[in-house]
Amino acid sequence: MTEHRDYLGAKMGMWIFLFTEILLFGGLFVLYSVTLGRYPTEFHEASKLLDVTMGTTNTMVLITSSLFAALSVVGLRKGSRKVAKTCIFLTLTLACCFLVIKYFEWSHKIHAGIYPGGGTLTQWEPGKQAFFSLYYTMTGLHGLHVILGMGVFLWVWTRIAVGTCTPEHFVALENAGLYWHLVDLIWIYLFPLYYLIT
Amino acid sequence: MTTDAVNAGFMAPGGKSWLREWLFTVDHKRIGMLYLWCITAFFVVGVFLGLLLRLELFWPGRDFIGQQTYNAVFTLHGVIMIFIVVIPSIPAAFGNIFLPLQLGAEDVAFPKLNMFSFWLYVIGGATALASLFSGGGAPDTGWTFYVPFSAVTTTNVSVAVAGVFILGFSSILTGLNFIVTIHRLRAPGLTWTRLTLFAWALYATAWIQVLATPILSITVILIIVERLLGMGIFDPARGGDPILYQHLFWIYSHPAVYIMILPAMGVVSDIIPVFCRKSIFGYKTIVGSSLAIAFAGSLVWAHHMFVSGMSDTAVMVFSFLTFIVAVPSAVKVFNWLSTMYKGSIRLEPPLVFALGFIFLFAMGGITGLVLGSAGTDMHVHDTYFVVGHFHYVIFGGTGFGMFAAIHYWFPKMYGRMYNRRMATTAALILIVGLNGLYFPMYLLGLEGMPRRYYDYLPQFTSLHQLSTYGSWITFAGLALMLYNLIHSRYRGAPVGRNPWKAATLEWTLPSPPPTHNFDTEPVVTHGPYDFSEVRDDDGA
Repeated sequence: MTEHRDYLGAKMGMWIFLFTEILLFGGLFVLYSVTLGRYPTEFHEASKLLDVTMGTTNTMVLITSSLFAALSVVGLRKGSRKVAKTCIFLTLTLACCFLVIKYFEWSHKIHAGIYPGGGTLTQWEPGKQAFFSLYYTMTGLHGLHVILGMGVFLWVWTRIAVGTCTPEHFVALENAGLYWHLVDLIWIYLFPLYYLIT
Repeated sequence: MTTDAVNAGFMAPGGKSWLREWLFTVDHKRIGMLYLWCITAFFVVGVFLGLLLRLELFWPGRDFIGQQTYNAVFTLHGVIMIFIVVIPSIPAAFGNIFLPLQLGAEDVAFPKLNMFSFWLYVIGGATALASLFSGGGAPDTGWTFYVPFSAVTTTNVSVAVAGVFILGFSSILTGLNFIVTIHRLRAPGLTWTRLTLFAWALYATAWIQVLATPILSITVILIIVERLLGMGIFDPARGGDPILYQHLFWIYSHPAVYIMILPAMGVVSDIIPVFCRKSIFGYKTIVGSSLAIAFAGSLVWAHHMFVSGMSDTAVMVFSFLTFIVAVPSAVKVFNWLSTMYKGSIRLEPPLVFALGFIFLFAMGGITGLVLGSAGTDMHVHDTYFVVGHFHYVIFGGTGFGMFAAIHYWFPKMYGRMYNRRMATTAALILIVGLNGLYFPMYLLGLEGMPRRYYDYLPQFTSLHQLSTYGSWITFAGLALMLYNLIHSRYRGAPVGRNPWKAATLEWTLPSPPPTHNFDTEPVVTHGPYDFSEVRDDDGA
């Protein structure tokens, strides 16, 4: 069978898939808003316990990685596989930074007993417990998406290396970039909802 | 008698290993066939579980299985039938085989993704089955996995819902693939208003799959984190809310009902014009009603929760919205009947199944109004009335749509014809059996028999026994149908390209179609139900 290439079709498929990802997180955002409506003061109190500096740093890190993801597409379209690969490498490095910062944040909290079933958290009022349950679930799911996105970029990197993703047929890289922007976008919503609602 | 009497088409063995060639195929027709066989196998398992339940309910008290086993059996019956059989049934099997053919396309838009969807389906199904034999025993929550019970039961719920998650992913990718296929791969001249109604139904279904399934995914992920990490998102003691679970669950699972029924309506809309030799009455209203069902069906989820303690305003609003969905459904039924009016009717098996569909679907649909109306729902909520209602809609609707599709496209898939008299007999036995099986449930429900119960009061005995007799008649009909199809797959009389003299594109191909579908790209010049250019010698 001849190789079927359909640039518009591939883009359309990716956009629809991204829409399903938004809906996946949408369910959680609904849970968040209902719970926030029920416990506004507890959410306010609990939010103060999160480290805004680390959150802000992570936001900067992720936005910058998104920039490099976009630059890698531009690089490839202009004909330079080398630029594309370097930019993907930078994206992946920053993604690792994001996960490392997340790791320190989480381990610090968990160490203090602030996790579902943890000694400190179970003593607190239900609203605060709900805040941290949602915090771990949503940022955890987001973290999983960061890891998945890294896998996608690694795959595209090898495709560029072996020459199946080329300046003429760059849709794989472009779709990976779109996915990465979505992961970034979801974080941009998570950050103010958890760190800045005070 | 021998296979070489029939052109083998896409089913012909190729050069490499037979198994390898089938399991890693990217040919949409082969993937569709794989789905069809898997679904049939799971359907047989689901039917036996259902028969087991009916048998246990023959007498009050314990007949031959214990309470825990009973709970596990009805949960598995539900999980298998809903997630593994009914949801993928028509779209994944017949959609894959026939959508590209009806569009004049070489394949779906993403053939490799299609293979991936099939593998996710297999892995998801296997995971769901694995929950039976591992961990703390088969799940006993019912297919809805309601919290708080699903969060605390020691049975193997986590594995079962992980299977459901994977199956949902498969469903999303199939829907995505179909949307892009319909948008991008239509043959020249195949405008939107010349699309078959089956393709339109799949299009509406695909959007529901894409828009609703992610919500189910997040819901089952939440059950898993609830169980494994003790998050407490649905636990009131820890700031959660179990009603939120029901909302999230039904936001998917109610639209899922339309994932089940819309493709069956598409099949019926394709079959009726062919066997009445008349163009479909009100093509655009059928299209519009499919889209309207997809849209309105997404707004009615909370009618499952009238007695859960929602506000009265919410109950009124959702009751009203539920009535609205009945309108486009009824529009379709009127369109089908108007198509038959003064038509030149040939009562072939596909039409018999389609008529059975209309009757049984109406039986289920009308009682849906009883349940959608908040006042009467208070009385029959969670009784056998509900069980009767959704079995009429799902088995009588989707199941009969599936059977109609099998009998309509069987000659195209295998190049052979089944015994028509036997097929019609099986259809009639099934219609009698289903009414015997499910109509007593309406009466049981009105008298107050709750659903999911292992035991019952003595006054319900005769109706339960009636229902169990019905299950045996149904089983006889299914066995006859299956025997006829399997026998004919090897021994049926060979047929030509167009035994029904239909006018859609798949019937212009040899039966079974070749691997590459169309030798030259077809150019479409008229609608799918214009029979003026169908030649009489096409059939032979």
